[in-house]
Amino acid sequence: MDSFQEVLFKLKNYWSQRGAIVQEAYDLEVGAGTMAPETFLRVLGPKPYRVAYVQPSRRPADGRYGENPNRLYKHWQLQVILKPSPADVIDQYLASLEAIGIDLGKHDIKFEEDNWESPTLGAWGIGWQVMLDGLEITQFTYFQQCGGIDLDLVPAELTYGLERLTAFLQGKDSVYDIEWAPGVSYGDVRLADEVQFSVYNFEMADLATLWKLFGLHEKECQRLLDAYKDYPDKRRFPVLPAYDQVLKCSHLFNLLDSRGAISVTERVAMIGRVRKLALGAAQCWMDQSGAEALQ
Amino acid sequence: MSLPFLLEIGTEEIPDWMIAPALLHLQSLFQELLDQNRLSASSLKTDGTPRRLILHAEGLPARQADSEELVSGPPKAAAFKDGQPTGAALGFARKMGVEVSALEVQATARGEYVCFRKKTVGRQTRDILAALLPDLILKIYFPKTMYWTGKGGPRFIRPIRWLVALLGDEVVPFEVAGVCSGDRTYGHRLLGGKELQVNSLNYEQILKENFVLVSPAQRRARIEAGIAALGVKVKPDPALLDTLVYITEYPTPILGSFDPEFLKLPEEVLVTVMRHHQKYFSVEDAEGRLAPQFVAVMNTNADPEGLVRRGNERVLRARFNDARFFWNVDQHKKLADRVADLAHVTFQTKLGSYLDKTKRVAKLVRRLGGSSHAVRAAELCKCDLTTEMVKELTELQGVMGGLYARAQGEPEEVWRAIYEHYKPASMEDSIPATPAGRLVALADKLDTLQGCFRVGLVPSGSRDPFALRRAAQGVVKILVEGKLVLPLGRLIGRDAALAEFFLDRLRYYFKDVRGFCYDEVNAVLAAGWDDLTDVESRLAAIRAVRPTENFEPLAASFKRIKNILRQAEIQVGQAVPPAIDAALLEPGPEADLFSAFARLRSRVKRFRKKKEYQAALEAIASLRPRVDLFFDKVLVNAPDSQIRQNRLTLLHNLLKESSAIADFSEIVTSQ
Repeated sequence: MDSFQEVLFKLKNYWSQRGAIVQEAYDLEVGAGTMAPETFLRVLGPKPYRVAYVQPSRRPADGRYGENPNRLYKHWQLQVILKPSPADVIDQYLASLEAIGIDLGKHDIKFEEDNWESPTLGAWGIGWQVMLDGLEITQFTYFQQCGGIDLDLVPAELTYGLERLTAFLQGKDSVYDIEWAPGVSYGDVRLADEVQFSVYNFEMADLATLWKLFGLHEKECQRLLDAYKDYPDKRRFPVLPAYDQVLKCSHLFNLLDSRGAISVTERVAMIGRVRKLALGAAQCWMDQSGAEALQ
Repeated sequence: MSLPFLLEIGTEEIPDWMIAPALLHLQSLFQELLDQNRLSASSLKTDGTPRRLILHAEGLPARQADSEELVSGPPKAAAFKDGQPTGAALGFARKMGVEVSALEVQATARGEYVCFRKKTVGRQTRDILAALLPDLILKIYFPKTMYWTGKGGPRFIRPIRWLVALLGDEVVPFEVAGVCSGDRTYGHRLLGGKELQVNSLNYEQILKENFVLVSPAQRRARIEAGIAALGVKVKPDPALLDTLVYITEYPTPILGSFDPEFLKLPEEVLVTVMRHHQKYFSVEDAEGRLAPQFVAVMNTNADPEGLVRRGNERVLRARFNDARFFWNVDQHKKLADRVADLAHVTFQTKLGSYLDKTKRVAKLVRRLGGSSHAVRAAELCKCDLTTEMVKELTELQGVMGGLYARAQGEPEEVWRAIYEHYKPASMEDSIPATPAGRLVALADKLDTLQGCFRVGLVPSGSRDPFALRRAAQGVVKILVEGKLVLPLGRLIGRDAALAEFFLDRLRYYFKDVRGFCYDEVNAVLAAGWDDLTDVESRLAAIRAVRPTENFEPLAASFKRIKNILRQAEIQVGQAVPPAIDAALLEPGPEADLFSAFARLRSRVKRFRKKKEYQAALEAIASLRPRVDLFFDKVLVNAPDSQIRQNRLTLLHNLLKESSAIADFSEIVTSQ
């Protein structure tokens, strides 16, 4: 029986053998692996790319003080991007499950329609949730649009829910009982994290500060995006730092939302504000890549 | 020689609900292709699984039929001079690519013309199919499509991965999205082989050996037989069965169980988790009570070690644990304390929050004369949207609110009204059982309709994202079947588009659901539809009176009266017609009609007041012989203008009296 980290090693290894760059997680708060620049920006444009990374994903509203056996404020996703998607992408995916010890001949696999959409990122795709014996283990998406831009090459995005997958492999009912490493449980490693962030997110975060931070990051992002047009050497322009500001805004929005601090009208407007920044960053990235290609 | 044709479009997993419509469309596109190319098949049928759309045709000709076309050239007179061909004839022959001797002369209505009988040899069926199938495949309609080969590439529901196209023993060669057609198919993803060579005779058998049942009917039968073999009784669920038929290639049901302790949770919650989230059938015991078991349908052949069963049991346990957690957490805050939280739940961007909606609905319930319990239910009915349970199991909105209200000690009238306020969910579904439930359901739907129409969210074609058709249909059903005497017209307000929308729903309801004739429905609705219970009574009266001998002839006479009045530019509207001057009446048919009408009038009024419409109509119909005689003997357009005016007034009164029940001129008569 593999530990949590063993499952992680095996999957990274599997995809590295299939030509993927293995990256580490992005070092800012994100709600999903999709938001990391390795996905959001790299799927744009005509350049093929393959990457795999484990992204801790923070969703303040899903925090349960460590009391719910299946729901986490922060969970680990293995994110794989295959751009363009190979014709045998599903076979490759299924073989990755074999690689972590799932004998598919003895299990039930179904692909159930589940199209993914993120209004905040101006992104959507077509795909499935992959069900293993009734458990959703992976979100499989063919991206169609990102940052409001039609994609030149259609990437396949595979998002493995690592806690669920490992709980399945280890036959555990609670994620906290998963063995992370021999003799160390998931709860040993992460329970304090879940409790404290639930307390902070739901009870102690200062709303006025969060609003202020949102405004500051938004302003900084917009200032950079506005500067792009007249910046002389496009290649040097800090698009990536601008996108970091988008991620900050997105996370702050999630925090405020989890507190119920955003009214209906504000909510729509806030999503629009983050979306505007995300689309702006995507446009700059595209333009910059085009400028680079010409050199 | 006649040949079988087999087409298999191999794809990645197509959403279950799209497969059957796609197969129907595939078949009709293929039939069109045959028709347009002078081809025919003795039979066509389709099959399909999530990974393949299949068309079988029998009896295709190897070659298209030859055709003959008569091409007209110059007039004979211009083409031949003294029996010799002129330049015109030579030119025409050259154009046709033949000698002048091959031309013939045809007599037409315009005289004799030179023409050429052009014969075209039929093309090979295989060539025609090869040329047209790529377009046909990409024309199959799906509600949402994708591209996968790159920007600007072909669109389909999911990537196409292989194509089988065989006419007789030969491959029909073509290419779609970089995939070339051939004679190789693929078996079940996990149990079957790859690149299996097939022909049209062994296709189904080979796939069956590779764990694919291509026929939906066979898969359905396998699921049903499998469940029967498990020895349990499942809650019948045709929609779920359909989903499972189209989400599997080789379905096998298995039986699982859960801790009976979970049966303490409401049955609605357990069934919803099993049905919507896990696609399991619920199991009933001999008394029809929920048993702590479920039936899952695998997409594989067997589960000898029980791994799949245990996996599903574990998932269900986690789901039920979640549900129990939600149930307990949600009890910490009463529904009544959640009203303010609705400010954070969007109803519709332009229409504000659910708090705004709640206030409007409660006000409307009050206006409709709802009891204090009905108003209370309206105030609480949306609060469950803020509960963890409904955030997770959205299908349970309303139901959950009702269950929480009951657990929190709300009176039965209140919790039942909340529980049922989304009803009827469809035309087949029943309306809420209690008066309070009906009022809340009605007010909620009316508010949605008014609001959406006000901000321009009007359904068009197949687009109806707020399910306004269902909402309006629900309003109609509740008013009629709940026998609620409420002024629908006034409730709708002055929105002409919404009134027209309702009129369509009313026609649909009375015609298609209730089976009244379309002209009866039009006639009755034209006389007003403010009170739907009244519409129903009037329709029933017309249906009863229609077969009687006087009715249709009288309807024809009324049509005549309406025309006469229209020609005289008399508006038959809301206004009360002027009084008839008895002194101006001519003795005989005119005076007779008047006196009969005068005698009848108060009786008809009395019947109408008591809503005894059949009696009223019968009384009106009894005028028929006098009306006939009047038209036979009396000239309405009398030279004396006073007399003429008086006759028109008589007809006007007659029409007015009857058209309060129905506009008879809408009745389609044989005369």
